[in-house]
Amino acid sequence: MPKDSGIGASSKRREDVRFLTGAGNYTDDINVHGQAYVHFLRSDIAHGRIKSIDTSAAETMPGVVKVFTGKDFEGVGGMPCGWEVTDRHGAPMQEPPHPILAQGKVRHVGDPIAAVVADSLEQARDAAEAIELDIEELPAVLDMKAAAQEGATLVHDDLKNNICYDWHLGEADNDKVNEVFANAAHVTTLDLVNNRLVANPMEPRVAVAEYSRGTDEYTLYTTSQNPHVIRLLMCAFVLGLPEHKVRVVAPDVGGGFGTKIFHYAEEAFCTFAAKACNRAVKWTSSRSEAFISDAHGRDHVSRIELALDADNNFIGLRTDTYANMGAYLSTFSSSVPTWLHGTLMAGNYKTPVIQVNVKAMFTNTVPVDAYRGAGRPEATYQLERVVDKAARELGVDPIALRRQNFITQFPYDTPVALTYDTGNYDGTMDKLEAAADLAGFAARRAQSEANGKLRGLGINCYIEACGIAPSNIVGMLGARAGLYDAATVRVNATGSISVMVGAHSHGQGHETAFPQVVADMIGIDESMVEIVHGDTSKIPFGMGTYGSRSLAVCGSAMVKATEKVIDKAKKIAAHLLEASEADIELKDGQFSVAGTDKSVAWGDVTLTAYVPHNFPLEVEPGLEETAFYDPANFTFPSGAYACEVEVDPETGQVSIEAFTAADDFGNIINPMIVDGQVHGGIGQGIGQALLENCAYDENGQLLSASYMDYAMPRADDVPFYSVDHSSQTPCTHNPLGVKGCGEAGAIGSPPAVINAVLDALNSGGKSIDHIDMPVSPSRVWAAMNG
Amino acid sequence: MYNFEFEKPSTIADAVAALGGEDAQALGGGQTLIPTLKQRLAAPSALVSLGGIPEMQGVCVEDDGAVSVGGATSHAVVAREAAGAYPALAALAGQIGDPAVRNRGTIGGSVANNDPAACYPAAVLGSGGTIVTNARQIAADDFFEGMFTTTLDEGEIITSVRFPVPQAASYQKFLQPASRFALVGAYVARFADGVRVAITGASEDGVFRWSEAEAALGKEFRPDALMDLRINPMNMIGDLHGSKEYRAHLVSVMTKRAVEACM
Repeated sequence: MPKDSGIGASSKRREDVRFLTGAGNYTDDINVHGQAYVHFLRSDIAHGRIKSIDTSAAETMPGVVKVFTGKDFEGVGGMPCGWEVTDRHGAPMQEPPHPILAQGKVRHVGDPIAAVVADSLEQARDAAEAIELDIEELPAVLDMKAAAQEGATLVHDDLKNNICYDWHLGEADNDKVNEVFANAAHVTTLDLVNNRLVANPMEPRVAVAEYSRGTDEYTLYTTSQNPHVIRLLMCAFVLGLPEHKVRVVAPDVGGGFGTKIFHYAEEAFCTFAAKACNRAVKWTSSRSEAFISDAHGRDHVSRIELALDADNNFIGLRTDTYANMGAYLSTFSSSVPTWLHGTLMAGNYKTPVIQVNVKAMFTNTVPVDAYRGAGRPEATYQLERVVDKAARELGVDPIALRRQNFITQFPYDTPVALTYDTGNYDGTMDKLEAAADLAGFAARRAQSEANGKLRGLGINCYIEACGIAPSNIVGMLGARAGLYDAATVRVNATGSISVMVGAHSHGQGHETAFPQVVADMIGIDESMVEIVHGDTSKIPFGMGTYGSRSLAVCGSAMVKATEKVIDKAKKIAAHLLEASEADIELKDGQFSVAGTDKSVAWGDVTLTAYVPHNFPLEVEPGLEETAFYDPANFTFPSGAYACEVEVDPETGQVSIEAFTAADDFGNIINPMIVDGQVHGGIGQGIGQALLENCAYDENGQLLSASYMDYAMPRADDVPFYSVDHSSQTPCTHNPLGVKGCGEAGAIGSPPAVINAVLDALNSGGKSIDHIDMPVSPSRVWAAMNG
Repeated sequence: MYNFEFEKPSTIADAVAALGGEDAQALGGGQTLIPTLKQRLAAPSALVSLGGIPEMQGVCVEDDGAVSVGGATSHAVVAREAAGAYPALAALAGQIGDPAVRNRGTIGGSVANNDPAACYPAAVLGSGGTIVTNARQIAADDFFEGMFTTTLDEGEIITSVRFPVPQAASYQKFLQPASRFALVGAYVARFADGVRVAITGASEDGVFRWSEAEAALGKEFRPDALMDLRINPMNMIGDLHGSKEYRAHLVSVMTKRAVEACM
């Protein structure tokens, strides 16, 4: 029987009332009296040396407040990178400066060269057109393998080459790896591309900054997933401002998908300019600007090799990846192809020897950073594609091959640095086989064939690592931040509760799910609990929302703080009931003395806490507690997905006929929200697999720079999903036993789709090993007729 | 966008006069022009909206049975009002873009713009239609002159488009996945005296008639008649969404499907 409130209930998303009725308060809705507008003049070439910038005409244009160029920021820090990766030789990565406005060179189409602040946006644009640029065009560095060659054109003249780092994980001894492959009964090799994506949240980025001359205080309103991180990075590394004089607010944010984690130059610029102009400054990205200034995602080129013994056991895995960093290191870019990718290469399998090699490359393209899944989709795609190819080559059932190699004992130490605490991969696969009616596939294929279509079934497993932690370990791996989170539970006199959380909700439904936990712990109505997030002046220092961490990390902090509150409330209740604190029980919002009918209500205790007339002398008045929580380990959600496609053999058009997800997210707070997260993730994964293609031409011009050429998934591109979350192995090390669900769909779905397409094509008599994403109709047709 | 004057005349004569101004630009539904202005890729001195001229609105059937569509008629209106008289045309209009596009975009705007991937040029050319302007009548065969190019003079306004109604017709569109314009669209129209086949989306020269297919279908109107016909990929568009060869292949597939739909 489904619960109707508290943990496990599908409570309706309270925030949707304002989102769906136009009552949200997004950053672009914020207008400060007297604000000026900024327009960035951006490079329209991929690579060039700046000979001169003449702003004199622009400065005299109507309405212009001030024109800025790189020169104005010479004494100011650049955009920092939050993770220092150490290469295979123990040397730190090459970390070039990333100025707020270009200095010396422009390095990608979209690189900001100058900024005009004016009374109106149109005046700013007019003045930007009057800026005279003399830029010597240089050859664009685009192909990652060519960029790695000796003598290649340098993106950054001061670096020794274009390789940010050459990194490895797992078995370091090449001879040992070679021996495993030499002795293998079968080796499957696959070259593949994980296509570059543009995140495209519905809300483009916006920044509004104001400065108060009277108090020397700044306020930055920005579209961010983590306002405290932005404040820390901007104050400590970029502008050199005291944190207590800077307030960063991320109000309603219309989708992030990772691309709003990062500290962007435009945020720092507006904050800087607000003081320089003594006037509030606002920037709203256009959609066209977003395509060339939001951090992109993915963009890996890999070769993966899987070695199997004569019994089809996986005995070795080796992967070589070129990972595109773009022109500069975005905030967490360096961690994505390394600690968020290499560590996931074991997947769900007990492969004993794994070697991961990654070269991170600078190119004349938009910086690349975390996008929903961040490294984990790239790992899963490689692994699950090569496993599927191996099954086809060996003529074995792809599910049986996977099951045979599943990890079955937990905890499990992988050869690539992780310890999986729990999982039940066979159990989850059982759920998938039932939910997807795999037994009925043959009949469905026959029906499709009768209609002139090819039908394919694609299976995929995934393992995810969420809630990246603990801080002491990630610090050793190069993280320049802690990865805990924080919550303050403030109980009001009348018993209602405000919970100030470090996590940030930009679609995840925290405002609904988090109160379910607190209300359940106390036994009060969910409506008595409100979440406060997104404002550094209100919330404790937390790290924000990314990597499916919010409930596992911040939710745990909230539980800890609530436990402290309950402990204190019990002291007060014991006093009121003239009983021993040890005998006090809290249930359904009533404190009672065990074994008696004496009780006092939650609201009476909270009122007493603030009106402490009859109060224990040794207890402080008030009822408010804060907790910080640093997890002991990652959490490890896992799952098995099945995708069924039809391919039109005449046109190569792929349609997704069915998609079934069986996930193990541990305990679940709100099943409806979890379903929604999985739906959205699969939708984005289908987008990557079938549609989305961020492509540059040979000059570094973005070919897919608008929705005319960049295909986003639409409602009719995706099927009705079937999701099953009944396979649950709770996380062993956080108080809720939760794992995280935000990215799973985007991680697990692309290989399922591609495996299905290839199954369909091979069922039609073709022998096709691989098609790179997106498997557009033209690519499918080319493969069928190649 | 840059500043411009805005005029909304209520007669064709006033519109023609307004368009006589230097750098004045006619505005239909604005589905191409407005994004172009927002990108600052055009700087007209004045926009002359054709949306306020009653005689350029709506669909009617003329005495000879031809369907006449006012130049400022939206796709949504054509989808609705031409459904009885010319179902294939109405179906085409109902598949353009999305509801917002269909309620703003106009037939005159689409035909005058002659986007190589637009749907309407295929219907006009495939039907052997006539473009009626404030100054003259132009046969479809003479009107389309290549990608984004037509025989229209500066300031000339498409007041209506006349479509002879075929015995059977069908438009089959293969969608470009991002824009959902036609990657390739084939309009097949069967008349008593012959078959017309117009292809959009495919060619670097814009919409064109596939004369070999017309000849083959004229002899024998069935899908198999196209079996041995291939389009030369050389002049096809090759881009991110499909190679020249793929587009040439789709021309055959979409034409065949259009014939099947006429059966």
